[in-house]
Amino acid sequence: MSGKGIRIEGLRKRYGSGDTAVDALKEVNMVVAPGEVVGLIGPSGSGKSTLLKCLGAVIEPSAGTMILGDETIYDKGWKVKDIRALRRDKIGFVFQAPYLIPFLDVTDNVALPPMLAGVANKEARNSALALLEALDVQHRAKAMPSQLSGGEQQRVAIARGLVNRPPVILADEPTAPLDSERALAVIKILNDMAKKFETAIIVVTHDEKIIPTFKRIYHIRDGVTYEEKGEGRAFDL
Amino acid sequence: MISLAGRDILHSWGKFVFTGFGLGLLIGVTLIMAGVYRGMVDDAKVLLDNSGADLWVVQKNTLGPYAESSSIYDDEWRGIQSMPGVERTANVTYLTMQVRHGDRDVRSMISGIAAGQPGQPGWPPYLINGRQITRGHYEAVADEATGFKVGDTLKIRRNQYTVVGLTRRMVSSNGDPMVFIPLKDAQEAQFLKDNDAILEQRRRNAQNPEFTQPGAPGLLDALNHSQTNNPYVNSVLVQVKKGYSPKEVAQSIEQWKRLTVYTRQDMEDILIGKMIATSAKQIGMFLAILAVVSAAIVAFIIYTLTLGKIREIAVLKLIGTRNRTIAGMILQQAIALGVIGFVVGKISATFGAPAFPKYVLLEPMDSAAGFVAVVIICILSSIIAIRAALKVDPAEAVGG
Ligand SMILES: Nc1ncnc2c1ncn2[C@@H]1O[C@H](COP(=O)(O)OP(=O)(O)OP(=O)(O)O)[C@@H](O)[C@H]1O
Ligand SMILES: [Mg+2]
Repeated sequence: MSGKGIRIEGLRKRYGSGDTAVDALKEVNMVVAPGEVVGLIGPSGSGKSTLLKCLGAVIEPSAGTMILGDETIYDKGWKVKDIRALRRDKIGFVFQAPYLIPFLDVTDNVALPPMLAGVANKEARNSALALLEALDVQHRAKAMPSQLSGGEQQRVAIARGLVNRPPVILADEPTAPLDSERALAVIKILNDMAKKFETAIIVVTHDEKIIPTFKRIYHIRDGVTYEEKGEGRAFDL
Repeated sequence: MISLAGRDILHSWGKFVFTGFGLGLLIGVTLIMAGVYRGMVDDAKVLLDNSGADLWVVQKNTLGPYAESSSIYDDEWRGIQSMPGVERTANVTYLTMQVRHGDRDVRSMISGIAAGQPGQPGWPPYLINGRQITRGHYEAVADEATGFKVGDTLKIRRNQYTVVGLTRRMVSSNGDPMVFIPLKDAQEAQFLKDNDAILEQRRRNAQNPEFTQPGAPGLLDALNHSQTNNPYVNSVLVQVKKGYSPKEVAQSIEQWKRLTVYTRQDMEDILIGKMIATSAKQIGMFLAILAVVSAAIVAFIIYTLTLGKIREIAVLKLIGTRNRTIAGMILQQAIALGVIGFVVGKISATFGAPAFPKYVLLEPMDSAAGFVAVVIICILSSIIAIRAALKVDPAEAVGG
């Protein structure tokens, strides 16, 4: 949409204070262009989830700047008034476990974010159905989440992350529960969506199967990011 | 926007219906308790209404004839009858006892009614079967709740009575069904001693030198006679002439006779304010306990349901759901639970009430108040769950 992607400069995050303080993020610099999918790779405890939480406006960073699209959302303090609306409208989340709402069917799970933003039910469901079709799960539109396979659930979760057309999608280990064919399919979907909707996507992963698909990769070690060129291998599905 | 609460209830309706059912039985018991109290009040009012009296004349300084024992001479009515403003008077006796019928006992209130005709105070105002008492002895009219039938024989003390008529909703203030018998029989029943006791009393009288003085030969016989005779009744019922105020008539009777007189309002105050006051407090205690237990159950259920949804709530928050929406979801579920419970409770109370041995009067206003109380209790008990839900950190949905 408003396509300027993500820009993070000098981001820091310290948990706690005094003797028990942990500097989870020490120096994070990242740029993701609209339409680009980058990988974020690092050992356990290196700060990957912390970075996603800061970027997702779920926890507050300690210093630095974050720019989403053309809006500075953080600069030594939050720059947006309604963080909840920011999360709802600007950021799509995709998790390792799909975390669908068990009491809503597939369509309404996807339609929920626009409904929360005040879009009429019918309209919200129409955009949900369009996305489900794009992700090839439209035949399960009326099913409950518990009736779906892991891969189907993950695709529904991606649809939910995309439905409000956020400029940014944050995916935390989205392919961990999937076999390599499905994992690659999910990454392909993310790439397609990124191109189609001008979305900047960050994928946190350990997954050896999908690492070669990224054109650019950020490594993070002890809270410090390093950029690296990826293989950017084409999908041969 | 769709109703998140509604969808969640539909998804796990079994849980809701099941707990709603349990809560409903509790609410049903609560409604029945209130109905028992209303029934007691109604019994008292019915007793007063059906006696057909405007005034009750009783022994001086007693709360008779229902709340305390009272006895006055059975000829006092003559004097009362001649007082200005008095339309009709009737002697009446009340005696609560076990009435033998075949091989079972029925607890009833035996009322002795003066000879006369229907419409006289003290008489059962209407019959559902049979006829009123016409003979002076050994006939009875019984409330249908005794289980007697017309033609049945029942035993009060030593005497056999034939049931000639049945009436309805004639109960004592304790809810015991009434049995009407002729006044003379009732006076005898109140006083009657067994033969051994009478012989023993006569023997004692004969041995007492004070009663066998040579100068007074008829004294012993007169004493024996007076001791086996009961010239007392419990109360005189008075109907006041049209145009006279019962209060003024009561005052003039009290002034001229050494008796206490109660109006209909006095009587109601005695029965409801004094006789059933302890029972009412007892029921009030139960109502309070049931309300607390219901609240605890609703709070516990809603809290557990909410804890089971912590992850979903974190996700909802993460994708931008407002706190208000989440609180509303929990609140609506609590209220839904209360409504299910109330419907189940109301139905079970309505169908269960007739099975209770005492009269249970379910007042629509009590149900309405009960409904409001249930909804308020549900709202209050959802507060803990709402607080827990609002504390959920959306970061939990992102995970480690
Ligand atoms: N809430 C917290 N309070 C204190 N320290 C925390 C908190 N969350 C994370 N940390 C610490 O911050 C550092 C980074 O944690 P983070 O969860 O970001 O790692 P990660 O890269 O996601 O690891 P993993 O691959 O195991 O998920 C770790 O040392 C962790 O112990
Ligand atoms: Mg992590």
